[in-house]
Amino acid sequence: MHDLAALTPLGAAAPRTDRVGAISVTEVTDRAIASVSTRNGKAKPFATAAKALFGIDLPAPGQSAAGPVWTLIWTGPDQWFAEAPFATHEDIAAIAKDALGDTASVTEQTDGWVRFDIEGPTAVDMMERLCPLPARRMKTGAASRSIIEHMGSLVICRAEGRHFSVIAPRSFAGSMHHALMASARSIA
Amino acid sequence: MSQTNRIDGGLIDRARTLNFRFDGKTFQGHPGDTLASALLANGVRLMGRSFKYHRPRGPLTAGSEEPNALVELRTGARQEPNVRATVAELFDGLDARSQNHVGSLSRDWLAVNDLLSPFFAAGFYYKTFMWPKAFWEKLYEPMIRRAAGLGSLTKETDPDSYDKGFLHCDLLVIGAGPAGLSAALTAGRAGADVILADEDFVMGGRLNAETFAVGDMAPGDWAAQAVAELTSLPNVRLMPRTTVLGAFDHGIYGALERVSDHLAEPAPGKPRQTLWRIYTKRSILTAGAIERPIAFRNNDRPGIMLASALRSYANRWAAVPGKDVAIFTNNDDGHRTAADLLSKGVRVAAVIDSRLSEAPRTNRYEVVAGAQVVDSNGRLGVHSITVKLPGGDTRVIPCDALGVSGGWNPNVHLTCHQRGLPVWNEDIAAFVPGASLPQGMTVAGAANGAFSTAGALASGAGAAAAALGDLGIKAKPADLPQAEDDPIRITPLYHVPGKGRAWLDQQNDVTVKDVKLAHQEGYRSVEHLKRYTTLGMATDQGKTANIGGMAVMAEMTGKSIPETGTTIFRPPYTPVPIGAFAGRSAGKDFRPVRQTPSHSWAAEQGAVFVEVGMWLRAQWFPKKGETHWRQSVDREVLATRKSVGICDVTTLGKIDVQGTDAAEFLNKIYANAFAKLAVGKVRYGLMLREDGMAMDDGTTARLAEDHFVMTTTTANAVGVYRHMEFCRQCLWPDMDVQIISTTEAWAQYSVAGPNARKLLQKIVDPAFDISNEAFPYMGCGEITVCGGLRARLFRISFSGELAYEIAVPTRYGDALVRRMVEVGQEFDAIVYGTEALGVMRIEKGHAAGNELNGTTSALNLGMGGMVSKKKDSIGSTLSEREGMNREDALALVGFRPVNPSESFAAGCHFIAKGAEANAKNDQGYMTSVCFSPNLGYTIGLGFLKNGAARKGEVLRAVNPVQNAETLVEVVSAHFIDPEGERLRA
Repeated sequence: MHDLAALTPLGAAAPRTDRVGAISVTEVTDRAIASVSTRNGKAKPFATAAKALFGIDLPAPGQSAAGPVWTLIWTGPDQWFAEAPFATHEDIAAIAKDALGDTASVTEQTDGWVRFDIEGPTAVDMMERLCPLPARRMKTGAASRSIIEHMGSLVICRAEGRHFSVIAPRSFAGSMHHALMASARSIA
Repeated sequence: MSQTNRIDGGLIDRARTLNFRFDGKTFQGHPGDTLASALLANGVRLMGRSFKYHRPRGPLTAGSEEPNALVELRTGARQEPNVRATVAELFDGLDARSQNHVGSLSRDWLAVNDLLSPFFAAGFYYKTFMWPKAFWEKLYEPMIRRAAGLGSLTKETDPDSYDKGFLHCDLLVIGAGPAGLSAALTAGRAGADVILADEDFVMGGRLNAETFAVGDMAPGDWAAQAVAELTSLPNVRLMPRTTVLGAFDHGIYGALERVSDHLAEPAPGKPRQTLWRIYTKRSILTAGAIERPIAFRNNDRPGIMLASALRSYANRWAAVPGKDVAIFTNNDDGHRTAADLLSKGVRVAAVIDSRLSEAPRTNRYEVVAGAQVVDSNGRLGVHSITVKLPGGDTRVIPCDALGVSGGWNPNVHLTCHQRGLPVWNEDIAAFVPGASLPQGMTVAGAANGAFSTAGALASGAGAAAAALGDLGIKAKPADLPQAEDDPIRITPLYHVPGKGRAWLDQQNDVTVKDVKLAHQEGYRSVEHLKRYTTLGMATDQGKTANIGGMAVMAEMTGKSIPETGTTIFRPPYTPVPIGAFAGRSAGKDFRPVRQTPSHSWAAEQGAVFVEVGMWLRAQWFPKKGETHWRQSVDREVLATRKSVGICDVTTLGKIDVQGTDAAEFLNKIYANAFAKLAVGKVRYGLMLREDGMAMDDGTTARLAEDHFVMTTTTANAVGVYRHMEFCRQCLWPDMDVQIISTTEAWAQYSVAGPNARKLLQKIVDPAFDISNEAFPYMGCGEITVCGGLRARLFRISFSGELAYEIAVPTRYGDALVRRMVEVGQEFDAIVYGTEALGVMRIEKGHAAGNELNGTTSALNLGMGGMVSKKKDSIGSTLSEREGMNREDALALVGFRPVNPSESFAAGCHFIAKGAEANAKNDQGYMTSVCFSPNLGYTIGLGFLKNGAARKGEVLRAVNPVQNAETLVEVVSAHFIDPEGERLRA
């Protein structure tokens, strides 16, 4: 076991939670992420291997799907982000590659991103001030790439109307946090 | 006595009194008042001075189209110029000042301009201030700006925040008058997602300013109950205080919501305004219409306003500009104002109707039919008007207010934002929307020329049902109440002929004469007329002025008004503060910032940061006693070359390339060969653009047969990735290649210097042999560090030293740099910044962004031989172009000063000794310069014609910008370790 201490994307030892009015904004660090892309001509064996590994069907464009361990998020043609608990899946790329073999290209993405979860009854009001997606119409599981304050982001509706994840490149953590706080205060 | 001109009724809350100040004097008003209505109620008609002639002016209108009553609102950093008093909501403590005068508002010294008006006609500036040329900037312009201008800026930072947002709906209804309300009711009851936006703070439009019944209710009450029902519908979003400012592509609208402008200051954390982008499937424009004035001599005195504005002030705000009112009209609507005022107990001196036989007769007030108002009198406000009777006699009628009604102009603005042209409707003598509308838009109500209340209600409901039908949503037009359905009866009259100045555009002081002058001087097109006279410019964009101007021009040219045409309507519909466009992107948050994994550690060390794109990188790390950056940088360079230095290189782009065709893909992307790179090896790669010029460089490591990790320069990380996606998806879709950025996923550090290996051996787990034999130069591998953490090690060097780059998952990057500094203590390890990095790469002769500047080829860079001819790669063919392969092509070489104590700057051009320093004699240019602490003098890299063959030659490095020149000797670009022995040690 190595002895290097981890820092969260916001630069602290523990993830941060902010509460503004009815909204909570939480830095989520307990999920590992791997990108999974189908190899050319391997769609069928990939689908079989993926079902076996993830236990859920591959979500369609604009969608994510959550299982007991894995969550899959469609991120592009033949490409998904696979999330799993960090504690058990820190070496997520190796785990996924072992199971998917040469049906897919797998890349570790865990630390490439900062994830903030926005929760509360006014979550939609906040999302409307952040990105062009129709947050009010997004159903549970809807997922899309978008732009938030100039930052290319992934937006996932975890629970319709009240819980969204914003996933942005990790180096932007401070700026994204600032943007989220500003809009949380503006609707508080 | 306060509120002398307040009458009974109105939509104001008399239970509460608000105190406000205007020009230092305190007044009282009520919630529901605008600044203009409250001032009128207090007997104040004079609210400002005109733009050019400093004529005393009061409000012409009661809405956002106001040209005259512009004030400076609030004080200190929140002071805002050019606020229309007619839409500024009154709040307790409001402080406003009139603008555009020297001395007091009532005794403005610059009113002398009015006496000099013959000199200030259209085109005056263009003609007069031409000579001498030098005087323009220093004397004329500041003088004119002082005399002719609107409000002033404080130049303080705006303390408020602005928000942006995005909304989606099925139907956007623009304007909440009778048509808008019936449209929203129809769509809302059908269950569609509806947004109803209105610029006013009370929805209802003209219904709040009229007295005729809607069903069995007062019109304002009907509007209020409609709004109440809409509020109860969860699928309807009501947006009062929101101006839809433009119609953009594909059903996108811009809207400005004034969230806090009705408050003294925004609540903590709240934005002042929010700029919304609304995506809608369909829209209905129900923006109503604006009454237009009739121009006559001295028609701009305070107290003279649109008849509909008089009616609005009386009915909605219970305020009148005077107690003795006259009306001048060319249509029946003017009579409505007279009737309403009479019923409010206001004396109507007379209604002057320009129509002779068509003028309605009544015994409630005097109607002077077939007459025209030819002049007005009164210094700071109207005292009387002069009327020319049908027989030609004149009659003076005393009055302290005059309502003018010249007919109504539908608000077609948004229908024209995609270059649609309005069409002339003879029946109402006005432009109505044409057939070419923005995608998904229909127009209803007065905006479409349906001026009666019944017409507006019906057309709004019908338009909504039709729009929803298009979307497959069944909607029944709302049941509509009985309402006024009077026909439009108008005989057009735009201006009263005669002597003196008759004002068309009160905001820009443009008169009928000015338009005639423009015509006389050859300006025929309305666009030229606008530019020459300034008709229709500035904050009101001529909403009350344009048609009058066009009518005069039409008269002059003998054409009709539709033949004369309108100027182009452009967004925004009403002024928008620049702060609202910026939104949250203000000050330090103008753009997001990217931080490296070692940022906290570097900040603790007192690092000086530099912006590299959005990244903040440590530039150098000052130590105690170092007072100049060079001291820090020299120390970092020397310590690295002597022992070992560490540098955060995470910002370099990392692209993960996988797939069975990954090697072949890279072979096409890079100019040099990659297909046969062995697993566990790294290679330097140069990629060219399609045109054969160098695009980017970096190293690519092969981690497995089907797995590569490419690095790019920091600046080009995104561009290279985009280029590769294009190649993958569009050029070679059949290749089995998958790429994804991993720039941020790994914290990567360069460890360089003779003791680099020794330092790394202290953190790399013992299972991994990194000796020179086991892990030679250009080797790479997946390893573990610090007791089992997965990591990647690359033996590559930018500095020319024995060097490695080590990468760990980013969350451990902070701990790793601290650990390396700690274990490096015994080697006197230092951490260096981008400045030392730059010095070392120049000493080594490595090209960077300064050399890969988009104008250089592989040949220029001394890497012509790298462009493999054994394969095809992007840019390979075009790099063979004759012009790029001339014998005297620029080549990258080194330079040193002949006199070591002299220095030179990047950007110098090389000129032969004795030759004139001009473009013809240009031999090339210096790209990178630094002081080399190892050599003890300044060195440079640069491109020199046929440079490789000219070593030893002495040239002048000429810097005409700083008027300097230095004699330099052409040397090898490799100042340090040209044989590369250190790299391989």
